[in-house]
Amino acid sequence: MRARTRIARKTMVLAAVAALGSGLLAGCADDGDDGGDGSSSGEGGGGKTTITLGLFGTQGFKEAGLYAEYEKLNPKIKIAENVVERNENYYPALVNHLTTNSGLQDIQAVEVGNIAEVVNTQAAKLMDLSKVSGVQSSNWLDWKWKQATTKDGQTIGLGTDVGPMAICYRKDLFEQAGLPSDREEVGKSWAGSWEKFVEVGKTYQGKAPKGTTFLDSPGGLLNAIVSGESEKFYDASGEVIYKTNPAIKKAFDLTAQAAEDGLIGNQTQFQPAWDTTIANSKFAAMSCPPWMLGYIKGKSKPEAAGKWDVATSPKPGNWGGTFLAVPKSGKNTEEAAKLAAWLTAPEQQAKLFAKQGSFPSAPAAYSLPQVTGAKNTMTGDAPIGTIFADAAKQIPAQVIGPKDQIIQQGLTDNGVILVTQGKSAKEAWETATKTIDNNLEK
Amino acid sequence: MTTRHDTAAPPDKEGGAAPGRPPADAVPEVDKRRRARLSRRWQRDMRWSPYAFVSPFFLLFLAFGLFPLIYTGWASLHTVEMTAPTDMEWAGLRNYTRIFEDDFFWNAAKNTLTIGIISTVPQLLMAMGIAHILNYKLRGSTFYRVMMLAPYATSIAAASLVFVLLFGRDYGMINWALNAVGIDNIDWQNDKWASQFAVSSIVIWRWTGYNALIYLAAMQAIPQDLYESAALDGANRWQQFIHVTLPSLRPTILFTVVVSTIGASQLFGEPLLFDANKGTSGGSQHQFQTLGLYLYEQGWVNQHLGRASAIAWTMFLILIVVGIINYVISRRLRASS
Repeated sequence: MRARTRIARKTMVLAAVAALGSGLLAGCADDGDDGGDGSSSGEGGGGKTTITLGLFGTQGFKEAGLYAEYEKLNPKIKIAENVVERNENYYPALVNHLTTNSGLQDIQAVEVGNIAEVVNTQAAKLMDLSKVSGVQSSNWLDWKWKQATTKDGQTIGLGTDVGPMAICYRKDLFEQAGLPSDREEVGKSWAGSWEKFVEVGKTYQGKAPKGTTFLDSPGGLLNAIVSGESEKFYDASGEVIYKTNPAIKKAFDLTAQAAEDGLIGNQTQFQPAWDTTIANSKFAAMSCPPWMLGYIKGKSKPEAAGKWDVATSPKPGNWGGTFLAVPKSGKNTEEAAKLAAWLTAPEQQAKLFAKQGSFPSAPAAYSLPQVTGAKNTMTGDAPIGTIFADAAKQIPAQVIGPKDQIIQQGLTDNGVILVTQGKSAKEAWETATKTIDNNLEK
Repeated sequence: MTTRHDTAAPPDKEGGAAPGRPPADAVPEVDKRRRARLSRRWQRDMRWSPYAFVSPFFLLFLAFGLFPLIYTGWASLHTVEMTAPTDMEWAGLRNYTRIFEDDFFWNAAKNTLTIGIISTVPQLLMAMGIAHILNYKLRGSTFYRVMMLAPYATSIAAASLVFVLLFGRDYGMINWALNAVGIDNIDWQNDKWASQFAVSSIVIWRWTGYNALIYLAAMQAIPQDLYESAALDGANRWQQFIHVTLPSLRPTILFTVVVSTIGASQLFGEPLLFDANKGTSGGSQHQFQTLGLYLYEQGWVNQHLGRASAIAWTMFLILIVVGIINYVISRRLRASS
């Protein structure tokens, strides 16, 4: 009897070891298809094909009902999305997944700050979407299309939204400070130059309602200025030139000067404290792309509705925007490409704008009623669609580089913000460049 | 080895008091071979089974501990970017030598040390005090003990976010309370020492209860008669604590110090989440960037895997040195007692 028990026990042990071992091996082999994060793709229930999207932030496809619409048009398709809130967390994971070819969704969103790096280093892993039927480069703003196109002409991402910037300002605060509040007049008062913009700020600050500043944050102003330059941190040949580019130093110094003069709140954008300054009406103007209106609305008290207006920016730039890319390793690349093309078509972009405020990157959408008739509760009857569309058309084709985000973050978080904390502009520039150089060095 | 009655030959004499053992040479040849085979198998089982039983740990360790360690070491000798991790370019010891002149590394090392000290020391002292109080007979002592462990069971992410709000500069509750007693707003994010104190407070909040419970368990193992005889000698509560409790807790204290030191040197989640920019630079002037955070910044944000690997190995070496110092001190302590 004992002998048999022992053999039985041994079998058990062997089985357990085998199970553990195979579990381990399986764990190593592939984490993309059926493991971990529930990001499975392939045949869904009832013979349907499931297309998965990997997104960050609030892209709003689902919220605007676009998935439901597409599923109705294509009964064989089921769409699922997997959203990471912050791009800072989303993007490193995406790069990791691309280089290891695992864990990828059928469609992956790429932020404009990262698109240059993806174009430069990951193009081989992504489908050329310019060949997909229904996709035409002329559908997109020229600079948007170019941003996702490699030197040899592959377009690896289709643009969803863009962020043409205007200046959002508080009519009531402008009036209290004795400034004109009509959007035409306001736009004219600083047309063409950021120096004029800062001058208006000085006038405002002279008679500013107590406790308010002209602008929200130094990062916001710096971003607005550099985004309108055709060359910022890289030159056309791909060299890092941020330290020697006079436009950047000028933007930095102007921002630092405005901060020193007390025109700018000592805040960092998107921090909870900054949100509170929106709620408490602590600043009079900010550089804002269309999606910012949604953000302002989310953070404002109800009585602020209608008190904002939108004027043209001294020099329009672009802030934000996303591309949809299709990794070649996916199981349903063809269906995924079709979906990506559909989601980024002008009609869908217009719907997305109506619902979510993500501004279309397809000029054809600018004449659609969703854009021309757009209003926002924060800005009353301001024709925001036309204002932002005009800005979008004026934005220069900017040279973007792989490490733009790191450089701009350094200039902001390790740079101009220090001026609001009492450091000199020179010290701030030194801290920023030292940080950036260390971060860029391989 | 026991006699195997089921396989051995039956007793040759019936009716004996004890079952007789057959003489060895009486076993038939077939049975003998069978026995030898079983015995060999048994021996093999004895010799190799233990290895099989411990192997799962070592297999896992090999896959997730040793291999990454060695691979990181290999990567640290190369220039590698996360965008192309298989593209390695030999860099020799460059990634290590540059650490010597890397101000950001030494800044992070200093921060790790200072945050480690201002979090660990008060934390262990408070834990000791709390354990001492909980060691008395209290109503609802289980309740207090569970409450002590509640922060430990809370996720760092949730806790840190609450602390970020509490430590807000303009609208935080702590500054509001300080204002009430006439102290000006403190910039908990940007001021160097204030931010380090704030990060430490998250660590203290989280780990004090855990350490208190460890101390409490050790205190309850101290024999009561030690206290009785101390009381007979006229020692008051405080003297009892100093002369009875503390010496008996020495090994436990050593354990908590070692564990807290390791924890402090790896500090990562708290400073990452405390940064209101949600960045990895530990504040705009790197005022609370720890080594763990710097490693993460180089590897994951700046995508320099080679540099990050070298930092990881340097941290590992520093930890070994700290471990040796710990060991030497604990030996000295043991020798002196």
